[in-house]
Formats: sequence, structure tokens, C-alpha cells
Amino acid sequence: MSPRPGYVLEVDRSTPATLMWHGEGFHLERLPAGRSRVVYPPEPLEPLSDPDGAVRHALENPVGDSAPLSALLRPGMRLTIAFDDVSLPLPPMRAPDVRQRVIEAVLDAAATAGVDDVMLVAALALHRRMTESELRHALGNRIYDAFAPHGLLTQHDAEDPDNLVHLGLTDAGEDVEINKRAATSDLLVYVNINLVAMDGGHKSVATGLASYRSLRHHHNVRTMVHSRSFMDQEHSELHSANWRMGRLIAASGVKVFQIETTLNTDTFPEPFGFLSRREWEWTIRDRAAFLASSRALERTPDRFRRSILHGIRAPMGLTSVQAGEVEAVHALTTANVYRQQLVAVEGQSDILTMGLPYICPYNVNSIMNPILVMCLGLGYFFNLYRGKPLVRPGGVVILSHPTPWAFDPVFHPSYIDFFEQVLADTTDPLEIEAKYEEAFATDPWYIHLYRTGHAYHGVHPFYMWYWGAHALDHVGKVIIVGGDQAAVRRLGFKPASTMRDALEMAEDVVGRDPSVVHIHNPPILMADVS
Amino acid sequence: MKALVFERSVARLVAARAAGTWRPGGGARFGALRLEEVDPPARPGADWRRITPILAGICGSDLSTVDGKSSRYFEPIVSFPFVPGHEVVARLDAEDAPTAGIGAGARVVVEPVLGCAARGIVPMCDDCSDGHTGNCRHVAFGHIQPGLQTGFCADTGGGWSGGMVAHDSQIHAVPDSFSDEDAVMVEPTACGVHAALAAGPVSDSTVVVLGAGTLGLTVVAALRRLALPGHLIVAAKHPVQRQWATELGADEVVDPGGVARAVRRRTRSLAAGRVLTGGADVVVDCVGSADSVEQAVAVTRPRGRVVLAGMPGAVRLDLTPLWHKEVQLAGAYAYGTETAPGRPDRGGPRTFALAFEVVEAARLGRLVGARYPLERYAEAMAHAADAGRRGTVKVVFDPTARTRPTWRTA
Repeated sequence: MSPRPGYVLEVDRSTPATLMWHGEGFHLERLPAGRSRVVYPPEPLEPLSDPDGAVRHALENPVGDSAPLSALLRPGMRLTIAFDDVSLPLPPMRAPDVRQRVIEAVLDAAATAGVDDVMLVAALALHRRMTESELRHALGNRIYDAFAPHGLLTQHDAEDPDNLVHLGLTDAGEDVEINKRAATSDLLVYVNINLVAMDGGHKSVATGLASYRSLRHHHNVRTMVHSRSFMDQEHSELHSANWRMGRLIAASGVKVFQIETTLNTDTFPEPFGFLSRREWEWTIRDRAAFLASSRALERTPDRFRRSILHGIRAPMGLTSVQAGEVEAVHALTTANVYRQQLVAVEGQSDILTMGLPYICPYNVNSIMNPILVMCLGLGYFFNLYRGKPLVRPGGVVILSHPTPWAFDPVFHPSYIDFFEQVLADTTDPLEIEAKYEEAFATDPWYIHLYRTGHAYHGVHPFYMWYWGAHALDHVGKVIIVGGDQAAVRRLGFKPASTMRDALEMAEDVVGRDPSVVHIHNPPILMADVS
Repeated sequence: MKALVFERSVARLVAARAAGTWRPGGGARFGALRLEEVDPPARPGADWRRITPILAGICGSDLSTVDGKSSRYFEPIVSFPFVPGHEVVARLDAEDAPTAGIGAGARVVVEPVLGCAARGIVPMCDDCSDGHTGNCRHVAFGHIQPGLQTGFCADTGGGWSGGMVAHDSQIHAVPDSFSDEDAVMVEPTACGVHAALAAGPVSDSTVVVLGAGTLGLTVVAALRRLALPGHLIVAAKHPVQRQWATELGADEVVDPGGVARAVRRRTRSLAAGRVLTGGADVVVDCVGSADSVEQAVAVTRPRGRVVLAGMPGAVRLDLTPLWHKEVQLAGAYAYGTETAPGRPDRGGPRTFALAFEVVEAARLGRLVGARYPLERYAEAMAHAADAGRRGTVKVVFDPTARTRPTWRTA
């Protein structure tokens, strides 16, 4: 039986309550009957039955203007293999991670061809450095133990002037500065996990291996406000900027062999399988699992609860792998992402509700701080659309998340200052960008922590805020249900105790009896709004 | 006349201390402060005037006294029973003789330090001679009883009453353009001016003010108008304090817990644990607790300066960072004569003259957020002790009032 496509449920009086994530927990919520819709993701696609075979086939049967990988490899060459970092996939997938599968295949080919100058680079951009256990999980012990002890498993350092190279300016005057090892290799193989439509393509190298000097040209408010959405390549200024840079990189002589992979949305293992199922189809076992897990999580101390949830390994399966020339590869990948995630939705609503889970790309093994709550809700979830946003202009977004005033001082040191000092002054993205970005981006302490510890770069919280700039520009009000009131207010949003209260508060903006749309995410879906 | 009288009573001080510990300001209800019917104080000499308080502020030092938490250091330099109240705008008695060009019935502000001039001591001590009356060495001597200030001396009365006396040297005329609220802010502003100028030249410096109650805010106003610091960071606990600090000239307002981060970021320092490689040039501590002094030293750069403006009492401190970084720790008490940028080096302006300028320029009367009649003193003290959280900065007594408190949110 083939998996069912996504579904838009019209809520009526007989509709069972809807499961809603609430940070490190979840609950059931009733949405107003007769005027609410719930958008459910498609069921997970069938995974490839022979993923290793599919990878080998892709490497030897490239798409676009590219020779097979084996033909690109020769003794004496410099080969660099870059790979996506810990921010993908979410949750981390069960071992073996798809990066391990692909890189092992690439290394087999390199060994067969007699290539011995091989270096691996985690494409961090301005993300935190991965820990050893995270690297071992992504690459497998065999790769880690073969490369790390010899200094051949590195993590991109966007603040190391000796290991960056400026390739020039795009037609739009954008600096293109990337990792020197990657740029000066005879072949750069980039291994992607394309979790959402934004991932991959020229963004892989132009962003993942770039410096702040380069990134600031598209990680800014103007780009984000003009990316509608940044998940939709046809209407994304972020995409356009990365494409300009990627083409300049190619024109500079950097030979990129792009490998992109797509995963199905088999997101939660048993006993959390009910999280992926539609409520009216829950079995007695699902109901019992929901009750047991939601109550157990409520009663579990914070630290332990977090470790349980961050210990979840998604049973995701590989649905496609394609390799070769960047743009040709990415066209196929995008079609495969859409095949899994796209759901047709008719028309916009007055109110968009979302239950935000415990994890986003930037808090793997860590706390979802308030800035990341904003970014996940107004950045990622809001932008998971093609066509039009799910909520009308001037409408209301309601997020459900505890939004604790809590930060990880090791991973997110500049976030603390951003929250306590920048947001205390203003929440306007343009004002924040003009007034504060440079000081944070060039702060020597943040740079030190980024380069030597496991800290996100000093400018990273700014990017998180810019990620939500389009939503802030579009909607009339943002309400967070069940959040720490002081933290929610610091974000510039309105706190509400219950969803019912939030819906009433929203009526002040959108009028009485508003239409409501809820995205049942995760598993990830992308709304195709007509 | 009615007056709030503070008496020496060990039992009441113990009760006040217990109540004040339980709930700041609670010492007024159980302690040594009483509303009594008393005779007006006699004029100690011909150069003393009878004045009738119009408004009298409640200061942090008053709260410490009422809650039984003042340092025992003060015992020999105060006299009991006394009527508190040293932030006073008053009216000269109509039948009193004019003095120093101030006509009978005029509004005046009291400069409360009881130095050599007020005490009839001739010759004056060196500090009084140099205009540094706050440092007078004779506050326990002369023809009036001990008392470092009006409001702590048994002979002068204080502002929390229907009448008191003031020496000619203590009296300053209030301009007609000043409201009563402006005028009652002159004395606390003078303290702020003195602390701000004790910071020394700060035109290119990063200056931190810890605390944004009345003292902290007047320091901010004075720094912004008289010293012009390069960058002014203020630690404020409550929303109303954050709002006022910004309005009065802070470049950056942070929560108290965020001071080290703000200083580190501003000075682009590195941090080894809690030790910064740099730090602020000057920190003005307007809190005076052990935590605030330690925080002040922690965020001050090597060879920087900490000005202790808030009244500290007995505290337990780790002074290792002060020793290691060679930080100067300087007290700032009361007022006298100042050295200020753009003013003559010798014979500089009186602190009170500068305070009048700052009050007028910053319209500091706006900081007065609540007025109470003397009869409601317990509520007034509780309000003053919790002012920030209740959205208020300065709480004052209106000794002429018999009504419910008038409330003005800032």
C-alpha cells in the first residue's frame, strides 16, 4: 500500500482533540469547530531497499555536466569531503547515518583510485563545532578513527584567516570567501542531508564553508524579508544569493561533486510512533502511549527529560540519492523533498497555530532558548510554505512552547547577551542589525569560544532573529501559549495561559470567529498554499 | 506639632531589625519610629531659622535606620531622640528674619550636613574651610548635640515633622520655576552629583552605575550632564528604573545579572571564568551591599576606580580581585565643593549649586512617585522599601497633608 499524501482536516464537533507539541512535552488541544483546519503531513515514503547500492549507483551515474566520481579521482590529487553538520537531520537519525553511508562509499572509491590526500571537513558555517560523539554518530567509528587521530577530520573555521580564501565578488558585489582547503582541492565532494527544500544546492558550499564576510551578504534582514519563502527556491532571495555565489565558486575553478540525499519522514520510533499518526486513527496502544509518555515527561526532572528526548534517534530511511553537478542534482533533490513533504492547502487563514517541539537545528543536545523558539516558529515553521503563507497578512501566529528563560552557556553564549541586552532595547530586526550586529560579530570573546569551544558564533542569534523577519513583517501579532511570561514579553510577543485565551486575544486583531489553521508538524510538512 | 520621632531603644531596634529582615520597611511598624505630638525645636542661635517642611523624602539611609540595620559606626555621631528627614523642601517662617537674601516665607532647600559653621565652631576644621563640609571632623561637637546631618540630630528636628530649624549656612533658596517635587529632589541629587564627580574625568571612559533607585538615577543624571562619560551602563532591577535610566542618559541598561556580560562586551574583553581581561574604567556602586561591591570590583579594569556611593553597613567581602587588579575603592558621601569638567579647579562650585542645575535640566521632580501624610508612615516606609517593584522611584512625606496618599506612577 503506497503511503497516503498529506491531508487537510476540517475540524468539526466530532473531531478528536489535536496533538500539539509543547517543547519537551505535548498535549491534546481542541480547536474551534467549523472554522479550523489541521494540515497533516504525508505519510513517510517507502525507503530505498538498498541504500548502499543506491549511493554507489549515484556516484557512478551522475546527473548534469559531471563525470562519474571514479573518473574524477586520480593518484596524487587533493580530495576534500565536506559534510553537513549536527543541525541535520532532526532528530538525529538512527545509525548508520546517511553521511556515513555516503562518505564510506566515496572513500572506497578514493582508495580504489589511489587517492591518499583526503581531508574531511564538517561544514559548520557559523554553527558550533561538533563534539566527538556527534562526529562519531554522523560518520561512524571507522571513519572517525581513521581520520581524526591524524588531524584529517576538521571542522570549518570561519574565523581562521589562514584557512580562508577570497574568490572574488559576485555581480551583486557579494564577497565570496570560503574554506581554503576546499577551494584549493582538485575535487570537493559535498555530502548533503536535504531535510527541507532550503538545504543543499549552491548553499552547501557557499554557506556551509563560508566566512562571516561572505555570509553577511545573504544572512540579513533584507534577504529574509524578500525570501517568500526561503523554502521556495523560485521566490527566495536567500536562494538567489547562494546561487550567485555558487556560480562564482564554480567559475573560480573549484570543482564540486555534489551528493544530495533525501530522507522520509519516519521521525519517531516506537513508543513515540503515535506522534506521527493522525489522532482519529490512534489505537488503544497509541492512546496509552500518549498518556504514559506525556505524563511521565511532565513529572521528569528537566535535565533527565531533555536527555530522554535528545536521545531519540529517528528511524528515517533514505528515499533518494543523486550526485554530480550542483544545479542538476539539486533540481532532482527538490522534487524528492516536495514528493515527501508538500501538502496542498486552499487559501490562507486568519490564525496560524503551531506546537513547537523540543528540537530545532541549533539546539541539538541542548536547551531550546527563547530566541530559538522564535526562530523555529517564525523562521522555520512559518516559512514552510510555497505560494502564500498559511496565515493572511496582518493575521496572528500562535505558538505553543514553554519558552523558558534558559540558555546553554557553552553552546549559546552570545544568545544570552542578545536576549538580555539587545532584545531589551529593541525587537525590530532592522534596528538590531544596524545597531548591534557588527559588535557581536567581531567580539573577540565570542570568536574565541566559537573557534576553541562549542559555541555558536557571536552573530548567530542575529541570524536567528532575521530568520523570523519575514513573519514579523507579515503578521499582526504573535502569541505564545504556556510560555515564561517575562521571556515571551522580552521577545516582543504576547503570553497566553491557554490556547483558548490565545484565540480570544487573537480576535482583537483579526475579528470575531476567525479561521484557524494548525500545522501538524513534526513530521515535517510544507504547505503548498493556493 | 506632629513629628515622627526615632528613639534609642534596644528592644525596639531588635524588633525593627527582625521586622525589617522579614519585610524591608517593616521596622516602621514595630520599631523605634513613632508619630508623636512634640514641641517644635528651639533655635540654637540667632543664625538659625524656623522652617516648616513642605515635602521630605525617604532615603535609603532612613530605611536602614528604621529597620535597625544601620552601622554602629554612627552611634557616636547621632543624638537621640531625633526626627528623621534630611531631604527637605520647607518654607521659612513668615515672621522669621530674612537671611542671606532669602525673604521670610520663601521656599528653601536644606543642605543637611551639620558642619563647623552650623555648630558655631571657630576656627573651622580644614575640610569645612576648604568647602568639603561633608567631611567635617566636628559633627559630634559644638553647641548642638552630635549629628552628622539634620535628621540625625536631637536639636534640629527633621523633615518628617511639622517644624524644624536650619542654620543659615544650610539654607538654599528655591527658584520659582521649581515645583516642590523638584525642590525635594535637590538633596538626593547633590549626593548623586558628588558621587558622579568622585568618578574623576570620564569623558572617554566606560562607566557603570550599579543600582537605579533614587541615588543611582541621580548619579546617571549628574554623569550625563556634568561628566559626559564615553559610555554609560546602568544596572537596573525594575522596569520603571530601566525606563528612567534610559531617559536620564544611560547608553545601555541591563539587568543586575547582566552587568559583567555588558561590560565584557563593551570593553571587548575576554573572560577566564569570572575574571575579565579588561573592564569598566569606573564603577559607581549605588547599592552598597556585599554583592554589589564585589560585582563592582569584578567588572572594573585593572587600576580602575570603584566609587562607593550607596551606604554599605557591615559587609563581608573577598577583596582579592581589588588587590590583584589594583582597583581604587573610594567612598562618596554627601556633598561639599566639587571639581567638575569646565568649572574652575580652585574654589569650584558647591555641590548643591550643581544639584540645582541637574534637577532643573533633567526635571528630576518627576521621580517623586508617591506622597504620604505623616500618619501613614508605616505604609510610606513599606512603599519606599519596595519602590522599584511597585513602579516608584522616590517616596516622600507631605507633613501638611491629612489625606490619603496621592499616587503618581512614573
